[in-house]
Amino acid sequence: MQLEELVERFKQKDLRAFEQLYAMYARNICGAINTIVRDEVLAEEICQDVFVKVWEKSDAYNSSKGRFFTWVLNIARNAAIDELRSKSHKNQKLNLSADYFVGILERADDEPNGNVNTDRIIGFIKNLKQKCIELIDLIYFKGYSQKEVSESLDIPLGTVKTRNRNCISQLREHMKQN
Amino acid sequence: MDTKAYIASGILELYVAGQLSEKENLEVAEYAETYPEIKKEISEIEAAVLALSEAAAPNKPLSFEAVKNRVELSEDTKLIPLNRGRNRWLPYVGWAASAALLAGLGYFYNQNNQLRSDIKLAETEIQALEEQIAGASDSLEKTTALLQTLRDKNVTVIPLGGQVAAPEAYAKAYWNETEKQLFIDAQGLPEPPDGMDYQVWSLTLNPLTPTSVGLLENFQTDENGVFALSNPNQSQAFGITLEPAGGSESPNLEQLYVLGTVSS
Repeated sequence: MQLEELVERFKQKDLRAFEQLYAMYARNICGAINTIVRDEVLAEEICQDVFVKVWEKSDAYNSSKGRFFTWVLNIARNAAIDELRSKSHKNQKLNLSADYFVGILERADDEPNGNVNTDRIIGFIKNLKQKCIELIDLIYFKGYSQKEVSESLDIPLGTVKTRNRNCISQLREHMKQN
Repeated sequence: MDTKAYIASGILELYVAGQLSEKENLEVAEYAETYPEIKKEISEIEAAVLALSEAAAPNKPLSFEAVKNRVELSEDTKLIPLNRGRNRWLPYVGWAASAALLAGLGYFYNQNNQLRSDIKLAETEIQALEEQIAGASDSLEKTTALLQTLRDKNVTVIPLGGQVAAPEAYAKAYWNETEKQLFIDAQGLPEPPDGMDYQVWSLTLNPLTPTSVGLLENFQTDENGVFALSNPNQSQAFGITLEPAGGSESPNLEQLYVLGTVSS
């Protein structure tokens, strides 16, 4: 079934369509949350909350919100950041730019889980330039705006968009080659 | 439209990242529908991001069950809140009903006792009233009998007027000569002082001879103030004097209260 059809049925509160969408995106969303909270158990809890919320807000989704995945990712990001702000993480200033998801991937690399796909991805990322890793992390997982990225990484605002394009293209290249 | 330039601008990467405004999102979605190469590009960008995010996912498989249960629970809560509420209150309602029943029983027990007491009181009152009725009918009977007696055609009524000793006093004598009965209505006589009695005299006038007919005994307690006496004399007049208790042989004329002659 096409994604568009699934999303349409999900909006009509079709639980089976929702289950398929969950199967398609749950691991990605949980992973994205994990890059922020860096705690697998907590990430799973938040991830569950996010999907319950997504179901409850299904009426609110339409194409003006972007891709379905993008919409869910946005909700997940906000939930994860809220969680960090509300918990004892207060002491650790919300310095999201200091750590990158590479750290999580490297730890996963130390404890191989037999997921061939994951192992491959880690390989791709290691081949990316450090600047690209930082940029992708901030734009996709931390939800930074172009202006914030520009300030955070000290690069001209006008170049953020094309640099991001180049980084994603490199990643796609690596994925194709393997 | 130059789709290559559009793709190269990097706007689609930002679209997948959720960095565009709602208006821009709708625009991109429209282009994606129109140009298959744009749609394909979006899919590939998304796939790359999906791959990245999946690599960071927890190392265990995720189950939809937990989400499903929570979703269904929240749906249940929305759909049948009445039912849940009712179930939740049912035990309290039960206890409240029991308490109400107990209170009700206590109330009715008190009411019952009160009513029993009221019935006893009412029974006592009824007895008293019945006694009064019996007394009244007895009294009525006596009075009726008396009236009947006084109305007898053979009865002569003799008014007795007040004399020097008691000018305000009066009395009436009802004399049935045939039956030799004399009734004295003493309503107009004052109460006799202690140790004194009224004595009724039958008189013949020429010469004046008094004969005692009897005493008006128990003057205070007599209920209707009518005294029945026996008078076998050929009386021409009746008089009543105040005499020492028990009466006298002959009347004390200084204490003659009332006097009246029998008209022939």
